[in-house]
Amino acid sequence: MIKRHLPFATVAVIALVAAPLLLEPFRLGLLAKYLCYAIVALGIGLAWGQGGMLTLGQGVFFGLGGYSMAMYLKLNEAGPGGLPDFMVWSGVEKLPALWAPFASPVFAVGMAVLGPVLLAVLLGTLVFRQRVRGAYFAILTQALAAAMVILLVGQQGLTGGTNGMTNFFELFGQDLADDSTQRGLYLVVASVLGILYLATRQLVHSRYGRLLVAVRDGEDRVRFLGYDPALVKTVTFAASAGMAGLAGALFVPVVGIISPALLGVVPSLELVVAVAVGGRHALAGAVLGAVVMGYAKTAFSEQFADGWLYLQGALFILVMTLAPKGIVGVVGRLRRARTT
Amino acid sequence: MLELRDVQVVFDGFRALDGVNLTVPEGELRFLIGPNGAGKTTLIDVITGLTKPAGGSVRFGGLDLVGRKEHQIVRLGVGRTFQTSVVFEELTVIENLDLAATFRQPLWSLARRRRGISEAVEQALTRTGLEDLAERSAGVLSHGQRQWLEIGMLLAQRPKLLLLDEPVAGMSKDERERTGELLTEIADDHTVIVVEHDMEFLRRHASTVTVLHEGKVLVEGSIDQVSADPRVQEVYLGRRKAEDAVGNRP
Amino acid sequence: MAAFLNQLPIGLSIGAVLLLIALGLTFTFGQMGVINMAHGEFIMAGAYTAYLMGGLLPALPVAFLVAGVMGLILERAAIRHFYGRPLDTLLLTWGVSLVLQQLARDLFGAPNVQVPAPSWLAGGVGILPYNRLFIMGLAVAGVVAVWVYLTRTGLGRRTQAVVQNRQLAATSGIDTGRVDMLTFFIGSGLAGVAGVALTLIGPVGPALGTYYIVDAFLVVVAGGLGQLRGAVLAAVALGLLNSYAEFWSDASLAKVIVFAVIIAFLQVRPQGMFVLRSRVLT
Ligand SMILES: Nc1ncnc2c1ncn2[C@@H]1O[C@H](COP(=O)(O)OP(=O)(O)OP(=O)(O)O)[C@@H](O)[C@H]1O
Ligand SMILES: [Mg+2]
Repeated sequence: MIKRHLPFATVAVIALVAAPLLLEPFRLGLLAKYLCYAIVALGIGLAWGQGGMLTLGQGVFFGLGGYSMAMYLKLNEAGPGGLPDFMVWSGVEKLPALWAPFASPVFAVGMAVLGPVLLAVLLGTLVFRQRVRGAYFAILTQALAAAMVILLVGQQGLTGGTNGMTNFFELFGQDLADDSTQRGLYLVVASVLGILYLATRQLVHSRYGRLLVAVRDGEDRVRFLGYDPALVKTVTFAASAGMAGLAGALFVPVVGIISPALLGVVPSLELVVAVAVGGRHALAGAVLGAVVMGYAKTAFSEQFADGWLYLQGALFILVMTLAPKGIVGVVGRLRRARTT
Repeated sequence: MLELRDVQVVFDGFRALDGVNLTVPEGELRFLIGPNGAGKTTLIDVITGLTKPAGGSVRFGGLDLVGRKEHQIVRLGVGRTFQTSVVFEELTVIENLDLAATFRQPLWSLARRRRGISEAVEQALTRTGLEDLAERSAGVLSHGQRQWLEIGMLLAQRPKLLLLDEPVAGMSKDERERTGELLTEIADDHTVIVVEHDMEFLRRHASTVTVLHEGKVLVEGSIDQVSADPRVQEVYLGRRKAEDAVGNRP
Repeated sequence: MAAFLNQLPIGLSIGAVLLLIALGLTFTFGQMGVINMAHGEFIMAGAYTAYLMGGLLPALPVAFLVAGVMGLILERAAIRHFYGRPLDTLLLTWGVSLVLQQLARDLFGAPNVQVPAPSWLAGGVGILPYNRLFIMGLAVAGVVAVWVYLTRTGLGRRTQAVVQNRQLAATSGIDTGRVDMLTFFIGSGLAGVAGVALTLIGPVGPALGTYYIVDAFLVVVAGGLGQLRGAVLAAVALGLLNSYAEFWSDASLAKVIVFAVIIAFLQVRPQGMFVLRSRVLT
């Protein structure tokens, strides 16, 4: 029992105690950003690694969460009756009705999770019920991500267009520029990730997790065991969408911006890539992959921006051909090699 | 209990089933035979919702099955196995059986870990004799063991009507014997339809036999009646006997 | 009304480009279970070929060859180890696509370049501009060529056999490896031709392929796997739908509308317009 929880406890202590003490605020902020991505990755690990649903549109859910939060922050700063800065610039005179309810933080945070869940339930129901799956599903989610970006860019007055929304100053009365606020945010992100990780792991080891694997490996056979695979898949897909939405909502105050470039086809794929690099069949692999790839991107694009794309592409080709189980798979193999 | 009336199945113009009538009363052990391509598997597919009939009706316990989804039909108490057995290789034998046993529970209640072994799983394990392999992953099972696991999963579902598609195909003589005993045992308290080719197996275990040929029911009766029927001998037994003599039936 | 009619050639020519792109995708997907994200970069390669050569007509065969050979190399070097694992090939080829895009950026620069349209394509008949007509002509030629290949040549018939049942085809003595190579070559080559066509209606940049690849995959989804008829119908429908959705709403909503229509279509035809029947239980 203790042994099973030891790795998690160690990581949790490092993340919650050591990191805030040792890292300078800038680095801690970056880590918080990676952890936001790790939350999305956890959802991908669940949907794809366990459930076999390759979702290339998690950016959409991440974006819904992010924009919900950003709308609240903007309205909060504009004050009652005021307009967000970008609306003033693009000549909007009256607050759009869609925006009004987001003045309430409860509504905004609620929608950040509920919005993605509802969209995923709708899409999942329509698609899985018709037994559209595998590559077809992947293509559809990718098309959704592409459509979403074009929509966000085009609706300038509602969404801030290409630039998205930025310049956030305070969250729940706290100054966002303050180091202590950022540290607090980091702790929140890390805790949310930890809790979601434990919950997801519990789910994966439960009977539901076994059912999910069965659906992944033999959806048609599962029907003859009396289960409705469409329901199982929809629920799982919705859970992963909710996680992405929550991650988006956390991302906005941490990083200070949300824009279409952060949630289109490429960022969505990048996260899937990160999960594959970490190891898609293990939840820890998904989280690890997101942090490692986030770190690598920052480190390399600081030094040689163009090289990063080559490196990312090459890394990915290598992982897919040589280590399809990712870092977790390689570590597992090394460990087995040592013990035998 | 099960009643098929004038069932038609057409694949791209080819009539796989051409007006099949079949009635199986409760508690019966019915054997379904017929040469390759006669439509036996298709018949099971129609009952279980995998194939939609072009015409006719399928009634089970007074309910119309046509148009229902596969899992809904299972929930009404109709279970099946497949000609080429499909088990979940990444799960252990117990997990496979447990999955089959818990389908009536609401989905949310499955979010807890499995603790211990439920009664249905326990029974399925002992009946199929897979106790020793319980914790092994299904991927390592031999061909025969897989087929038993499939039968076990079917039992764990606790269906009222069991449909088995060539459960002894590819089994060794020993394995066939055990499977036969298992079948007669199951038939004590279930309604069972078994698709089978092996005449010797039929002679030992069959009560009533339905012969299917080119999508139609050719004859129905006791094994002796059926094997004495000249039409059956012509389309099926004659050829089969010759083959069996050479012993090349897989 | 005039504006309404003007959308027609736009929609048809987009459909024509999508068709040229989707032909390769639908056959590699149907035949080998491969999702090739780098297919978009074959379009880009074709377009840059036209840019380098400066002439439209001579660029067509060269672009076909360039893109075809790129496809062949990709198939032999990497993809063939991943047959039947569409999701893995999707991610693998995405890595390839990233590298190729960056390569184009380093070779030709990040800004878009323009390929001057030949003077004989200026003007048009009625509502049909010559350049759009030319693109439609290319697609028709492409489809006819593929159709002749599939139905009138021995290799083509073998290709169809492999699409329908790879194992059976292999056991009946068809060299599936060679058929696969050829399919990849032709499919990628057609994407190169599509790239040349695209220089007639817009600028060329390293990310050119990314604008079309998603829609081309939607054509595959809506048309049905490995189906020539399906690809033609779906491509034309999608091209028209795209251009009229932009016309009726605005550009930003068009893609959402297209997406919604596809989902609605899948409620009626979940496996696309035409389906290859199989009895495999998955
Ligand atoms: N999905 C399908 N599409 C086209 N034809 C089919 C399909 N399913 C079955 N058939 C055809 O219907 C006929 C009956 O098939 P079926 O599988 O029911 O035969 P069977 O009696 O089970 O034979 P076997 O002893 O080989 O299992 C065969 O000719 C088969 O080719
Ligand atoms: Mg059969």
